[in-house]
Amino acid sequence: MDVELLIGIFPQVLLDGIILGFMYALIALGYTMVYGVLEFINFAHSEIFIFGAFVGVEVLLGLKSIGLLDGLPWPLVLVLVLVAGMAASGLLAVTVERVAYRPLRGAPRLIPLISAIGISFFLQDLIRLVESLWRNAFNLVYPTMDVLNLRFELSETIDVSVKSLVVIGGALLMLWALHLIVNRTKVGTAIRAVAEDQAAASLMGIDVNRIISLTFLIGGAMGGAAGVLFGVQYGLINPYSGFIPGLKAFTAAVLGGIGNIPGAMVGGLVLGLLEAFAAAYLSLLTGGAFGAEYKDILAFSILILILIFRPKGLLGEVVRERA
Amino acid sequence: MIRSPIALALVGLSALAVATFPRSVLVFLFFQGSLLYVFKARMPEPLRWGLLAVSLLVLMPTIGYFNSYYLEVATQVGIFVALALGLNIVVGLAGLLDLGYVAFFAVGAYSWAIFGSPHANIIFGGESFPLAGWWFYVFLFVGLGTAAITGILLGLPVLRLHGDYLAIVTLGFGEVIRVLANNLDKPINLTNGPKGITPILRPPTPFGIPYGEFFYFLALLIVVAVIVVNRRLEDSHIGRAWEAIREDELAARAMGVSLVRMKLMAFACGASFAGVMGVLFSAKQVFINPESFTFLESIGVLAMVILGGMGSIPGAIVGATVVTVLNLQVLKGFSLWLNELKNAGVTILGFSLADLPTQFEPAKYERMVFGIILVLMMIFRPQGIFPARRRQRELAH
Repeated sequence: MDVELLIGIFPQVLLDGIILGFMYALIALGYTMVYGVLEFINFAHSEIFIFGAFVGVEVLLGLKSIGLLDGLPWPLVLVLVLVAGMAASGLLAVTVERVAYRPLRGAPRLIPLISAIGISFFLQDLIRLVESLWRNAFNLVYPTMDVLNLRFELSETIDVSVKSLVVIGGALLMLWALHLIVNRTKVGTAIRAVAEDQAAASLMGIDVNRIISLTFLIGGAMGGAAGVLFGVQYGLINPYSGFIPGLKAFTAAVLGGIGNIPGAMVGGLVLGLLEAFAAAYLSLLTGGAFGAEYKDILAFSILILILIFRPKGLLGEVVRERA
Repeated sequence: MIRSPIALALVGLSALAVATFPRSVLVFLFFQGSLLYVFKARMPEPLRWGLLAVSLLVLMPTIGYFNSYYLEVATQVGIFVALALGLNIVVGLAGLLDLGYVAFFAVGAYSWAIFGSPHANIIFGGESFPLAGWWFYVFLFVGLGTAAITGILLGLPVLRLHGDYLAIVTLGFGEVIRVLANNLDKPINLTNGPKGITPILRPPTPFGIPYGEFFYFLALLIVVAVIVVNRRLEDSHIGRAWEAIREDELAARAMGVSLVRMKLMAFACGASFAGVMGVLFSAKQVFINPESFTFLESIGVLAMVILGGMGSIPGAIVGATVVTVLNLQVLKGFSLWLNELKNAGVTILGFSLADLPTQFEPAKYERMVFGIILVLMMIFRPQGIFPARRRQRELAH
């Protein structure tokens, strides 16, 4: 075994893990916030996330076709794309809640979950349908922006691209904004109150339905931002590529303690790092017997083990089981 | 009774129509629809069963003789009916939402695929595989057993979970099985990875029946067996214990229902049906790879159960038939029809169909079909098209 190689790639793997971790953290927020207020797994969140990526690529391609992609300063382009993706995903999340979840509130617990699975599948093919009709293609490539692919060599084995700095910076910005909204504003207090006790919150004069919509809006917007960053980072998207990251992000939310916002961030980072290390080292350490694909099994095993042995997660929000 | 002559006329007319236009999808749908009418309309029981027996045992194979694709569709319907009935036990009766159900189907399929092909030589060495063809019949039971054991193995750790957590864990389990099937070509080559296993041996058929007919009749036989087992289970103390668990776990336990035993039994029963059909599927296809056992299939079977009505045997049968026919015939038929119109240069409201994007293929939208079924049923009719009898009785008072 080549020990030097193992140590040599370590910083690069660490960086990849952090990027992946922030991505998961952003998506996980959508799951965890909705679970916090409704105790409901929004299965369609993975499609809300990938929808953001598609809106992002459409905006970029649109700018490109009118020649503004290189004409505008690149930070402005990024902000534009992020805002568009967030707005679109946030509105989609609100619409989905209004159409498919709200009529089922109060029904037995499995009913809205099945409806959410249905929405998830429906949205995958809807995106495919629209893109097929509009562009005659549904595997889309993010247009490259030269600035983003610039790399700084920190040492012989590590280089950092502008792209990854943008992704990390963007994710940190989103998480910070969310922290401010939830903990420092009146609306945030209302969200926390509804999560704590819906009936009491409504007696205190909080419009519970509005707050639930708002939760979907914020969670969806975070997912949309993650979608755009996902596209920028990995380049290629298709309507079905949101599903597995979504499931992993849900794992991250459970890992950190579902319903717990800091937990989602911690869970996301932990899972991202674990996966990056598994992908890089499993094959090296086992002499090729177990390939990088086993990182998926690792993630799902974590999910299964946590749900069975420590359902409240690492940071431990108490999970109430409603029959 | 006006319904009996209507039923007779429908079956006769539609069978005649299929014989006259063996290539028309619409006519075949008409035939299936009339069977559905016979299945559900009020008429004397002997007439109903007689008509169904004649249609399934005589008319269907005859149709298949003229157009073998219809026999293929009918066999697929049979496979999915058995799967839906199996999932119906787990989801409908015991109330345990299993999102990784197709994993058991995979276990059954791989059990015969490995031993019924030269692939097992790679694992065990030597030249003794594939096994002789008649082993297929033994493996129907081996597949059943293996799948049931897998069901228990999955059930054991998740006994404490319920509701949506159980759903997510079973989904994770299904994905783990798929990833394993995709990657267990090393260190030991068990599944041959994404390349899949082929050629899988087909069994010797009694009286030299051609394979199309053989698999159709075998699927039909298994479906009938599964239905009988289901009916017997439903009215036994086991079935009632399952429904008690579904309605209220705590109360069921207080009444002396053993949750551990009953839940494991539900998983094992549901899984075993899928296991048998898996063995049949692998022999029928000759080739299998992990692509046949994705989350999409699990949700497809769930959509069949939900559409028909959770906990309802006729519901599962009809749901499986409708969804399979939608996917195999209606979507594909629409695709073909559209292509013909395109090639003929038809224009609608000034829009030439030939300008439709090539990537727009209606046949590919099964997810949308499943999704629409799930959402609409949950919002407007959560009890399904044909609700379970016991549920109806519960709602009556």
